[in-house]
Amino acid sequence: MPTLRSLLPPRRLWQFHGGLHIPDEKTLSNGSAIAPAPIPPHLIIPLRQHIGAEARPVVKIGEPVLKGQLIARAEGQISACIHASSSGTLIAIEEHPIPHPSGLTAPCAIIETDGADTWAELPPALPHHALLDPAEIRERIRWAGVVGLGGASFPTSVKLDPGPSHRITTLIINGAECEPYITCDDRLMRERAPSILAGARIMRALLNEPDILIGIEDNKPEAIAAMRRALADTDMGAFTEIRVIPTRYPSGGEKQLIRILTGREVPSHSIPAQIGIVCQNVGSAAAVADAVLAGRPLISRVVTVTGRGITTPRNLEVRIGTPIAALIETCGGYREPVRRLVCGGPMMGFEILHPEAPITKPANCILALTAAESPDPGPALACIRCGRCAEACPANLLPQQLYWHARAKDLDRVQDYNLFDCIECGCCAQVCPSHIPLVQYYRFAKNEIWTREQEKRKSELARARHEAKQARLERQERERKAKLRQKKEALQTPTSADPSDPGAPAAAIAAARSRAAARKAASTQAETSDHA
Amino acid sequence: MPNLVSSPHGPHPNRVDRIMREVLIALLPGLLAMIWLFGWGVLINLLLAGAVAVAAEASVMLLRRRPVGPAIGDYSALVTAALFALSIPPTLPWWMTLLGMLFAIVLVKQLYGGLGYNPFNPAMAAYVFLLVSFPVAMTTWLAPSMLTAHSLTFMESLRLIFMGSLPTGLEWDALSAATPLDAMRGQLDQGLTIAEIRAGPLWGDFGGRGWEWVANAFLLGGVYLLWRRIITWHIPVSMLLALLIAAGIFWLIDPQTHPFPAFHLFSGAAILGAFFIATDPVSACTTRRGQIIFGAAIGVLVFVIRTWGGYPDAVAFAVLLMNIAAPTIDHYTQPRVFGQGRRIKH
Repeated sequence: MPTLRSLLPPRRLWQFHGGLHIPDEKTLSNGSAIAPAPIPPHLIIPLRQHIGAEARPVVKIGEPVLKGQLIARAEGQISACIHASSSGTLIAIEEHPIPHPSGLTAPCAIIETDGADTWAELPPALPHHALLDPAEIRERIRWAGVVGLGGASFPTSVKLDPGPSHRITTLIINGAECEPYITCDDRLMRERAPSILAGARIMRALLNEPDILIGIEDNKPEAIAAMRRALADTDMGAFTEIRVIPTRYPSGGEKQLIRILTGREVPSHSIPAQIGIVCQNVGSAAAVADAVLAGRPLISRVVTVTGRGITTPRNLEVRIGTPIAALIETCGGYREPVRRLVCGGPMMGFEILHPEAPITKPANCILALTAAESPDPGPALACIRCGRCAEACPANLLPQQLYWHARAKDLDRVQDYNLFDCIECGCCAQVCPSHIPLVQYYRFAKNEIWTREQEKRKSELARARHEAKQARLERQERERKAKLRQKKEALQTPTSADPSDPGAPAAAIAAARSRAAARKAASTQAETSDHA
Repeated sequence: MPNLVSSPHGPHPNRVDRIMREVLIALLPGLLAMIWLFGWGVLINLLLAGAVAVAAEASVMLLRRRPVGPAIGDYSALVTAALFALSIPPTLPWWMTLLGMLFAIVLVKQLYGGLGYNPFNPAMAAYVFLLVSFPVAMTTWLAPSMLTAHSLTFMESLRLIFMGSLPTGLEWDALSAATPLDAMRGQLDQGLTIAEIRAGPLWGDFGGRGWEWVANAFLLGGVYLLWRRIITWHIPVSMLLALLIAAGIFWLIDPQTHPFPAFHLFSGAAILGAFFIATDPVSACTTRRGQIIFGAAIGVLVFVIRTWGGYPDAVAFAVLLMNIAAPTIDHYTQPRVFGQGRRIKH
């Protein structure tokens, strides 16, 4: 059977519309090898660090927990398990600030660590995973709580089960890391390339043996070399290719990377599996390898702590649940006053209002930006319709029109202009000469639409319930009436049978008499016929 | 939550005031060329128009109870003033300049909501307003310095503009000359052939003597804008190309009654219009395909109005006409959205 690669000219790369060249600022931290972060006195582990349902706690407050022990089980299809990232005691399950764009709190398991870091008993390693039932491997990945570590944090086991309707022909491993400042994937590829490849091989086996394409931006030559060396040491070369792509933000966006590597566009409002592609981050691949080949759950991740506000920018292997403030301390604290503390990169990250919030699975970077790095944009000016936003938009939208309609709260028009194809990459706002916070307007409009639809669903549900109630009442009324009618009819027709009727005994006697007469007549007739 | 700021968090390299400043810088070569050819009147017009524009903008912002600083600080009023001042005759009476700038800033720009909301290019609207109201004053141009015996001094220019008094012993006829486009039309109407017309002293290599240097200087500024990425090539190239093609077709049909294409390009306001006026982002198309249509239509309209219309130059009219059409063109030229087979439904 011809594979996708054999049909296409080799090493061809495609382009996506728009995008930006931004100073990548990676040299601040890309020289720092991954080092383990110390165990904090308290771990704050949110019960929901993924897209989907909150995990259900399975440990009681006050109980001791061990490192790697399951503390909350995935609830429902789209959810992820949560494990203790060090040993200690579960002292509370309570609301705590989490790193989230809303700045709100969420239920978290609080573990007082004992410093011993004792491992729980782990499930067996599955080195011969290829011989096992794919469902068992998926179950292992689900147990390990692996989610997309590139930022979206969608449960990996779900993504690796595209179902029979989607035949996967390409598995893309995303090593683009296009956001400025972030170097955790870069370091991971340099230091743990074999693990990434092993994870890719496991995922491939779960997806009907597709080709593997690994996309890495050309500003990471060491990572590319390390991955190439690791690939040469395996027998995966027959179906795996490492492709170096030009550095251009946001080439690491799932849809953009798919476009660059395969030339195909994920249809609007659709997922890559629709066109036979599954995309996984390099970190997720390594986590899958850990889960399957070592039986280790996802309890830590590599986090880049950087920005010119940080004394020593570093890459750290951080236990999930470590407070951000503790990480900053590990990196020597602040060197100069920080204007903004950001979780994620400068383009798509969000501001952290509570430094006591913990590191979660998708938190790839903690960015302490100084006033020089994140200058106050000043008040937004009027849009001068220059069109730079449309030029920069990787989704080929018209950000200007979206802005007009979002500002006017014209939620129908804003959807006509394909608001939901916006990936919130921030290119438009970055180039806007009027410094309009465009992404903020889009997020606002999206939320308004979601709220409106939720209300619509609610009111429809209420209407349906009301109608059902009406129907039930009518039915009950009908049934009541029918019973009544039956009773009435029963009263009217057999009046003779009613014992309370005063004329009844006479009639009964008359009837009995006539019956006896008839019997007599019949018997005499029989007799006469016998004698005849 | 007002303290939550959405991404992106990095520095924003572009600013409206930087864009406008670059436009002003790019106008410098043209300004110098015009001062060299037409004397101090150009500079006096520029200063006057600039002062009126800023004062008008500030007063309207005060009346609207909006912050004055950002409106003045974005230099957009100055750009309007500069484009206007470079389009009007260098000896235009001061009160006409004042009237024109008030019209541009107060009516065309601020009454529609200020920068970003005006459907028409303010400088061109003001130019047309004056041209229709005062056709003689608006078409009385000085002769370029190489064609006149007397160049006005600074004081003479001041007196002419503010008091309407010519220097003693000089008549208008000695100072003024028809613009190349005017001369070409007049002489063609008299039945002269192009060859006969071009034998006259008014003509240089491409267009009118002296005038072509103004066009060259503006072209230099336009290239600067392209290099600084303040504008893209779409509008200027499509406009000039359309003008060239339209003029070229008619020139090929009859070279004796239609001037050769380069004449159209280097006379009048074609170059200034292509790089500085049609590219005004507020009133132009914003989609790339739309910009090409927008520019090409201006180019064709310029040729049509110059050749058959009632006015010798046409850039202002053509730009204003296409300003009206810009929203419609934008609507029908929306790009295909990533991941969608179709364009946005209309």
